[in-house]
Amino acid sequence: MSEPTLRNTQAVLDILFHNTTRLFAFIVFMLLFGIMVTLTVASIPALQTFGFHFFTSDAWNPVTVEFGALVPIIGTIATSVIAMLIGIPVSFGIALFITELCPPWLKRPLGVAIELLAGIPSIIYGMWGLFVFAPWFADHLEPWINDHLGNLPMIGSLFQGPPMGIGMLTAGFILAIMVIPFIASVMRDVFEIVPSMLKESAYGLGSTTWEVVWNIVLPYTKVGVVGGIMLGLGRALSETMAVTFVIGNAHELSTSLLMPGNTISSALANEFTEAVGDIYSSSLITLGMLLFVITFIVLALAKLLLIQLAAKEGKEA
Amino acid sequence: MSEANKISVKNLNFHYGNFHALKNISLGIPDNRVTAFIGPSGCGKSTLLRTFNRMYQLYPKQVATGEIILDGENVLDPKQDLNLLRAKVGMVFQKPTPFPMSIYDNIAFGIKLYENLKKTELNDRVEWALQKATLWNEVKDKLDQSGTSLSGGQQQRLCIARGIAVRPEVLLLDEPCSALDPISTARIEELIHELKSDYTIVIVTHNMQQAARVSDYTAYMYLGELIEFGVTDMMFTKPSRRETEDYITGKFG
Repeated sequence: MSEPTLRNTQAVLDILFHNTTRLFAFIVFMLLFGIMVTLTVASIPALQTFGFHFFTSDAWNPVTVEFGALVPIIGTIATSVIAMLIGIPVSFGIALFITELCPPWLKRPLGVAIELLAGIPSIIYGMWGLFVFAPWFADHLEPWINDHLGNLPMIGSLFQGPPMGIGMLTAGFILAIMVIPFIASVMRDVFEIVPSMLKESAYGLGSTTWEVVWNIVLPYTKVGVVGGIMLGLGRALSETMAVTFVIGNAHELSTSLLMPGNTISSALANEFTEAVGDIYSSSLITLGMLLFVITFIVLALAKLLLIQLAAKEGKEA
Repeated sequence: MSEANKISVKNLNFHYGNFHALKNISLGIPDNRVTAFIGPSGCGKSTLLRTFNRMYQLYPKQVATGEIILDGENVLDPKQDLNLLRAKVGMVFQKPTPFPMSIYDNIAFGIKLYENLKKTELNDRVEWALQKATLWNEVKDKLDQSGTSLSGGQQQRLCIARGIAVRPEVLLLDEPCSALDPISTARIEELIHELKSDYTIVIVTHNMQQAARVSDYTAYMYLGELIEFGVTDMMFTKPSRRETEDYITGKFG
């Protein structure tokens, strides 16, 4: 007799469960929408005052109330590019060593070390960068860069300038160190799921380890690898604390990577407390929205890249 | 056996760590014939196969001692160039393993490792390999599609084509039909028949009927030992050892 009621209760619970999970999932949309609306509304005063000029101007003068986003945009992109140029190959090497070449007893310690590295709070990277890395950079690396890369045609001017230790190059290096554990551990995880039989097939044709990894493992895991790189890039683009410590926080446009600069997030962190006036704070919020847009564009490009890779491999048709 | 041996195995022992997987194996693999290794799971037949191209060496703690003479050279010699050995001894696995690239590139991949062919020569070689593997007619119009888009049986023939594209002399087949349906299996078996005039083929199979159908010689292994080796027809009609007879007649295994 009690069975129908029991079943009814269960059906109700099921519907409840169904709707609760749906609610949770839709919170994602609501959050995204809410943040976008807030950013857009709050950035209207700055955009009304400066128009499109905001994105191309390198002015940043709270006294005369003139603001432009060019310096932080360039700083954000430059530091992230440096971080990726260093971080991706090193991470790839780490993951490759752990999965293919490393003696078994070393695998675990290495894996744990990478995870610990990923867990270090960014403020520690910032302090370390400022007190240890930057002076070392100023004394050793940057003079060398001046001498050897400063005279190169085209890109030489990127590497000229006083060896101060702090600047975009140092920030890029610190970011590289910070993203390496992320990218490396994702790459390691995806490399490990490549079926050993697939690798054996390539070895069986007489491939070297490099040929197997480059031609088989990497294409097989490309979605995961690009995902790992995006994770690292996302962190590099938005990293605040460590960058604020070592970038110098100067609103000066400079062709040299050795000069102090600014990124969107470091500018926000530095100036929010002192932003007086609607236009000033609105300009900062517009910077925040820009970061959002840049991240979105990067993700979209990654998706496009994957589609293109799949087409090259012949998945389409 | 009066035939010339392509591979001579002498006193081969194999260890996985402390486990003694192959015990004093000696046998000869005749040239341009199909030799089958049969036996219950874990008897060492795949292990034996994997010593011929030293595939085991990818993994730590796997050690082979003894001699495997291929064309007068000891395969197990540490000075042996592994990449050249593996170009000479092709391998096909239990499951189809198409590379994540187009059908054309799947075949061209191995060729490009060793030879610097002109585009037209490469095209010819790819076609030749696919023809040999009786896959050409099915894929000639879609060479730029992914190798993974083919059916299981086609994928396995693709893997065989990939293996013969580098013109090996020996072809190792490690249970090549175990993941395939009966029709695909029949096609692979036909293919093995056609290939044996050009290659020395060694096939590991858990399917005794398959061994009887495709092979000229059969080796029966049990618990790491070679129990009996001989002409397939003899093995399946008048095995000289009691253990072989029990296995073949299904009393055991």
